[in-house]
Amino acid sequence: MNAPLRRVGVVAMVLFGLLFANLTYVQWQKANDYRTSQYNGRVQVAEYDRQRGVIQVSGKPAAKSIVTDDNLKFLRSYPYKQAYAHIVGYKPVNGTPTGIEYVENEFLAGTSDQLFADRLRDLWSNEKTPGGNVVTTLSSRAQDVAFDELVNNRNDAKVGAVVALDPRTGAILSMVSTPSYDPNSIVSHDTSGADAAYNKLAADPAQPLLNRAISETYQPGSIFKVIDSAAALESGYTTNTSIPAGSSYQAPGTTHKITNAVPSICPEDQVTLIEALTESCNTGFAQLGVALGPDKITQAAANFGWGDASLQVGRLDGKGMPVAASEVGTLTTDSGNPDAPIIAQTAIGQANTRVTPLQAAMMAAAVANGGEQMRPYLIDQLLGPDLTTNYYRAVPQRLRTTCSGAVAANLQAMMVSVVENGTARRAQIDGYRVGGKTGTAQNAEGAKDHGWFIGFAMKDDRPIVAVAVLLANSGSGGSGEAARIGGLVMKAVITDRGGK
Amino acid sequence: MSVAAAAPPVAASPAAGKRSRRARRTELILLLFGMVVVAGYLAAVEANLLDTITGDFWVPAAILTTLFLGMHIVVRLRAPYADPVILPAVATLNGLGVTFLRRLDLGRVKAADRADYPILSGEGGRQLLWTAIAVTLAAVMLWFLRDHRTISRYAWTLGFVGIILMMLPAALPGSISEVHGAKLWIRVGSFSIQPGEFAKLMLASFFAYYLVRKREVLALASKRVLGVDFPRGRDLGPVLVVWALSLLVLVFEKDLGTALLYFGMFVVMLYIATERVSWLLIGLFLFFGGAILAYVLGAAIGGPFANFYQRANIWLDPFGPAGSDRAYTDGYQLVQSLLGLGTGGLFGTGPGGGSPGQVPEVRNDFIFAGMGEEIGLFGLTALLVLYLLVVVRGIKTALAVRDSFGKLLAGGLAFTLGLQVFVIVGGVSRLIPLTGQTTPFLSAGGSSLMANWILIAILLRVSDAARAPLGAPGGMIRPPVAVGQPGRPPVGTASAPVGARRTAPVAPASAGAASVATAPASPAPRPADSPQIADSGQPDGSLSRHTAEQPAVSDATFDDEALDPAVDPFVDEYDGSEYDAADAETEPYDAPGRPSSPRENP
Repeated sequence: MNAPLRRVGVVAMVLFGLLFANLTYVQWQKANDYRTSQYNGRVQVAEYDRQRGVIQVSGKPAAKSIVTDDNLKFLRSYPYKQAYAHIVGYKPVNGTPTGIEYVENEFLAGTSDQLFADRLRDLWSNEKTPGGNVVTTLSSRAQDVAFDELVNNRNDAKVGAVVALDPRTGAILSMVSTPSYDPNSIVSHDTSGADAAYNKLAADPAQPLLNRAISETYQPGSIFKVIDSAAALESGYTTNTSIPAGSSYQAPGTTHKITNAVPSICPEDQVTLIEALTESCNTGFAQLGVALGPDKITQAAANFGWGDASLQVGRLDGKGMPVAASEVGTLTTDSGNPDAPIIAQTAIGQANTRVTPLQAAMMAAAVANGGEQMRPYLIDQLLGPDLTTNYYRAVPQRLRTTCSGAVAANLQAMMVSVVENGTARRAQIDGYRVGGKTGTAQNAEGAKDHGWFIGFAMKDDRPIVAVAVLLANSGSGGSGEAARIGGLVMKAVITDRGGK
Repeated sequence: MSVAAAAPPVAASPAAGKRSRRARRTELILLLFGMVVVAGYLAAVEANLLDTITGDFWVPAAILTTLFLGMHIVVRLRAPYADPVILPAVATLNGLGVTFLRRLDLGRVKAADRADYPILSGEGGRQLLWTAIAVTLAAVMLWFLRDHRTISRYAWTLGFVGIILMMLPAALPGSISEVHGAKLWIRVGSFSIQPGEFAKLMLASFFAYYLVRKREVLALASKRVLGVDFPRGRDLGPVLVVWALSLLVLVFEKDLGTALLYFGMFVVMLYIATERVSWLLIGLFLFFGGAILAYVLGAAIGGPFANFYQRANIWLDPFGPAGSDRAYTDGYQLVQSLLGLGTGGLFGTGPGGGSPGQVPEVRNDFIFAGMGEEIGLFGLTALLVLYLLVVVRGIKTALAVRDSFGKLLAGGLAFTLGLQVFVIVGGVSRLIPLTGQTTPFLSAGGSSLMANWILIAILLRVSDAARAPLGAPGGMIRPPVAVGQPGRPPVGTASAPVGARRTAPVAPASAGAASVATAPASPAPRPADSPQIADSGQPDGSLSRHTAEQPAVSDATFDDEALDPAVDPFVDEYDGSEYDAADAETEPYDAPGRPSSPRENP
């Protein structure tokens, strides 16, 4: 019996070998996948041994860790609550963080490779050095103004977004999304209470957790006419080229007539390009779109960044929060021929075209910056725990060239005309050259129209700020209110910069 | 028992005494080392959960040390030659289990109250109590069971009771017996017991006895297919009966792992007894065929196979296809187990530093996963090595012991322990579908602990018999408990070397059928089914009929086959290098009651 006994012993060893191999697979190969899995709610208690770094806005902390006498030594606190919730994000006890808390998780926690020297020193000194600090590009004044105005807007729109950019660098000066939420309830150490708070927010039909500035797309309405104008200017039109207009337009292949917002807008047969933009002439741009053709419209939009699904905002050389891609829609029929009715509708920002508020702001920023569109970013610097050592400083990057300098100059002139003489007069700022475009977008059947405003402010040919404001389902007068808010946000940035 | 066996070791040879002392000293050192590890784990748990180490953290470790030292003393007195590794390995596993359960207790309590949590309450305290009961049982068993062959006297009773215990939960309604879809329990009030654990031991004893008796018959080959000899059809009968019983277990108790355990135990013991690989092949075929059939039936008609079908699906894809919520419902347990193991990674989060509470049933079924998160791959490998040590030492015992019943019993029990660990750890780490088995020595629960400690007691007893030098008092040549001849001192016993004990050497597989009956050196053909408790005497009380034919000086080989220590991992020094001629001369032939040399055997 000994021979089979020995073989049975070998079988037992083989079985244990299989166990060991499988455990190695689970605990080594797949360890990282499991550790970061969305189903993994484990608190890494060790994370709470070290004070998490601060996220700064204009020198003030928008996210900090306060000492507690709990099992978990530090509690994350968000002093500004709703206003910065979507940008700063939150770091819950159980679960994955969001926003900048997610983007710079390792640096804030002190576990990133850059802070290795601190960790090494900790081994000796038996202390726990706090994590690193993040300095954002946000301007607290602009953010507060944007948030207050959105929450208290005069059209009673509950849903909206504001994005303000520095056109020369791409730095995001303000990003607000309403409705918002108080992240302090989600990061409480009472995990059941925190879970309940999160579930309530997630189940809320108003979707307060959604960052509408980057994650949601809306019909652009008339702000798409800037794309049409860019396409026209690139094709040889000038600001004074006459284009057919009229009080209504019926595209070939449909019985639907496109009309203007009010009968007094461009009833003439012909208007110049600049007049059409100033008044926001639907019939003019619809015909212009059909005349230019699908390729030119699509190309012009792509030049401004529409269709880019890979954009992220966070750190320029690292990861960030993904931005939803803006779309133009298909402008051709199945057989490849231009689909005139769709082109006509798209040219006035209806049909299937959709844009995020960030993309709209980037459009205005590119125009203000002579056609050069800069990559947007939120993180300006990474500082060590001592708030002095600098581990990273953002170097602005050019994202794309949207149009030539001449075209950009013409677009500027057209958009300035809109603010000085046209539909966006409420965005004017004394002493500054302000350009912009309003938009009113029909969306769902029976729902009120969206109100848009995109614009920029320049002084002495130097762009200072670009902004996009969306008031979803704000109805009539929404775009005017958006323009007013846009103007206030731009003024806040100007004040920040030491302007008037 | 005879006077000889009860005599104090006054006349023990110096070599034998030295060997036993050395073994016991090794055991003591390993035991204390294991307890230090347990105490260290306790301290680490408190450091992580309480941020401070309370003054009485060591109390559970001290209690455990006392218990195991008591067992060690029993081993010294009653089984001095037993393998020194088994008890410390098992004691360490048991201790770590108690410690982890205490860690779970502390984790459930709010941080501020932890320092005041009584040292002996909660799951940890309860497991400590069960450990005391189980170790006491094992010690009592080791004390009163002088010879493992006594077990074979009650083989039929044990077999009958074992089958009843095995099927009992199946017969009871689900409200009493069902836990997580598998009917393996009997729950009365707050008291619950898993009779299958004890059934396992009883059935192993019965199988060992039955197979020793029947092995020649079962080893008969009838036809040869692809170079493998297959048995006769009619001899498949008993195997098919056991297979059918296992299938009944699968169907009515709805647990594949238990069925696998019983069936695997039998098939492996059958293979060991008959040396026919064909039994292994038949067994594998039957098992996998049964499993696939169960899966298909589960998909088609559900019913009793539904549980297995569901578990197999969870094993195949625990996270569920994208969009499904299987990871939160059916697969939650396995998913959390995998996530916990992954979070632990190579080194673990440290004792007390993880979240084992996120895994359901982490106190018994998933204790391995809960510990894995905290001690990492390295820690789990250490635990697996401890189990493997026990299994391998058990097999070594089986190799070394001279009687067939002991070989089968020790080999079967050791392999079953290993198979049980494989089944549960494999289920928990998604190597095989999850089943309802407990993790030996770690899981919270009395019946599992008691049954496994009794298994260890039996192994220690057989190990003592295996490693005792020939003729040592209380050693191998003890008066066997022959039927009808209690207590009579043997006549002409001392000389027969171990290898001769086999009453009918099993012919090697290549020799074909019918050679068994014509085994050489058998002076009188014995009917195959007379009570052949291995090594029990001939009717006249002598130990072996080979006495007259054996060479004078006992050689230390105890096997018909030659053993090559250089090659064979299971051969250790007890094959002869230690038991050298010097021992033979000074050794046991001077023991009272024994003739001094075989030649003087009248």
